[in-house]
Amino acid sequence: MASPLLRVENLVRSFGGIKATDNLSLDVVPGELHAIIGPNGAGKTTLISQLTGQLMPNSGAIHFAGRDVTAVPAYQRSRLGLARSFQITSLLKDFSAIDNVAIAAQAHDGHSFRFWGAARKEKHLRDAAQAALTRVGLGQRANVLVSELSHGEQRELELAVALATKPQLLLLDEPMAGLGVTESARMVALLKELRKEVTIVLVEHDMEAVFALADRITVLVYGRVIASGDPDAIRNNEEVKRAYLGDQHAVTRHG
Amino acid sequence: MKSRINVRNVVVALTALGLLLLPVYSALTGNIFILTLFTRIVIFALAAASLNLIMGYGGMMSFGHAAYLGIGGYAVGILAHEGIGSGFIQWPVALALSALYALVIGALSLRTRGVYFIMITLAFAQMAYYIASGLSRYGGDDGLTIYKRSTFGGLIDLSNRVQFYYLCLFCLFGGVYLIWRIVNSRFGMVVQGVRSNEQRMQAIGFHANRYRLVCFVISGTICGLAGALLANNTDFISPAGMYWTRSGELMVMVVFGGMGTLFGPVLGTIVFLLLEEILSQFTEYWALIMGPLLLLIVLFARGGIMGLLGRLSRG
Repeated sequence: MASPLLRVENLVRSFGGIKATDNLSLDVVPGELHAIIGPNGAGKTTLISQLTGQLMPNSGAIHFAGRDVTAVPAYQRSRLGLARSFQITSLLKDFSAIDNVAIAAQAHDGHSFRFWGAARKEKHLRDAAQAALTRVGLGQRANVLVSELSHGEQRELELAVALATKPQLLLLDEPMAGLGVTESARMVALLKELRKEVTIVLVEHDMEAVFALADRITVLVYGRVIASGDPDAIRNNEEVKRAYLGDQHAVTRHG
Repeated sequence: MKSRINVRNVVVALTALGLLLLPVYSALTGNIFILTLFTRIVIFALAAASLNLIMGYGGMMSFGHAAYLGIGGYAVGILAHEGIGSGFIQWPVALALSALYALVIGALSLRTRGVYFIMITLAFAQMAYYIASGLSRYGGDDGLTIYKRSTFGGLIDLSNRVQFYYLCLFCLFGGVYLIWRIVNSRFGMVVQGVRSNEQRMQAIGFHANRYRLVCFVISGTICGLAGALLANNTDFISPAGMYWTRSGELMVMVVFGGMGTLFGPVLGTIVFLLLEEILSQFTEYWALIMGPLLLLIVLFARGGIMGLLGRLSRG
């Protein structure tokens, strides 16, 4: 097996008396789509936030691309090639779609202590942004203000922003959240394309999507990993059935 | 492409033209008072424009901007008092001290957000105010008279009303142009992005506070220039000029004109100071009228004068 792109070792993070991340270890190898599932409150978003550096762990270590990034702040992790999308859409609402993406491209194109030239006239940033927008199907919506985009379009824009930072690893926190059936299907199709190019960690509630996309699935319950393996192994894992999918789910799957 | 000829742009262009031609009007009518008044307005417009850079574009509600007016002013006043009358020394010192103050204050206060940021900038400005009051060698509470305006080796005579007015106007237009370039630059995009969503900007790779701090320093430096001009205009500098009410007035000018618009602070300052001038001729309780007016603007004309003109432009 290739050496992991992301290695999480014995990560612990508590809030008061609650261990949101409980001695969690995890490997993500280059090229895979690694899904993380678990019931509400299992600590999925807490984990993502620690991976991106928005939240610091109490103990444990995070290695990314062979480097210990445990104490590296969020903005520097982004520079190393770690990108995330947010569970609750987090965009620059008073900017146009293309501005959102162009700023992300700008972040990874030299420093931004440039005070004179017009940023919106930098062709290579605009082109990169337009390409990322087209990629997620928003090519025609480039000049629309984010606040005027539909929820589904905003979810797609989240992805375009992440892509514009040219990540090695994409952390997607429930990209399907709040999407309708057609929109979800579009997102799944899009992720199927993206996974060919970039390693993805996907946190998602939509089980159908997870089992359709994932190479490996890690199941979290109360901040702990209770199982990790390929979709078939997870589907047939008794502990997972009990703790997460529920007996009823198992029945409907077979029925 | 949006049409460039609309109500808003016409008003802005006419205002700029009016400011340019004001000395001509003053000379033709012999109305010296209006030139004096507008010199003051132009200087405050520069201060308001600098505040707008952090407040409107950067989302940093600084409630201590008057401190820079004081620092720039005292730099000129103290150097003049000590026999250094050259503006080539006074003004760079005024700018450098303002920048330094902004750097220190910014580094400390930008750790906070929201109300705390407002309070901490206010606290520092009040500290500067009390320090100025304690400068007994330079007049303390009573302030310091500047007997001779800055000299520029015969290049320009600041005692000449018209020349001084045009110098102030040049600084204002230069300042607004500079802010325009900054706002549209890479740096400006980052600063505005951070105002809009700091978490997002961190996540895509920007060290937000670094950019905020630099923006804070640029704003303070520009306001320090306004302070140097103001001291020359009044031939006097006192702690009262950096009291918190002055910072509040600057905020009002920005909100009046329209936060985060390029020319808004200029219009806001003109309207605010003209109203103050006119109302105070009728009653010494002019603030009683100004207050409700501000309330109306905040409540019903979001985006201030520029917002209002913008809506007119769209029809």
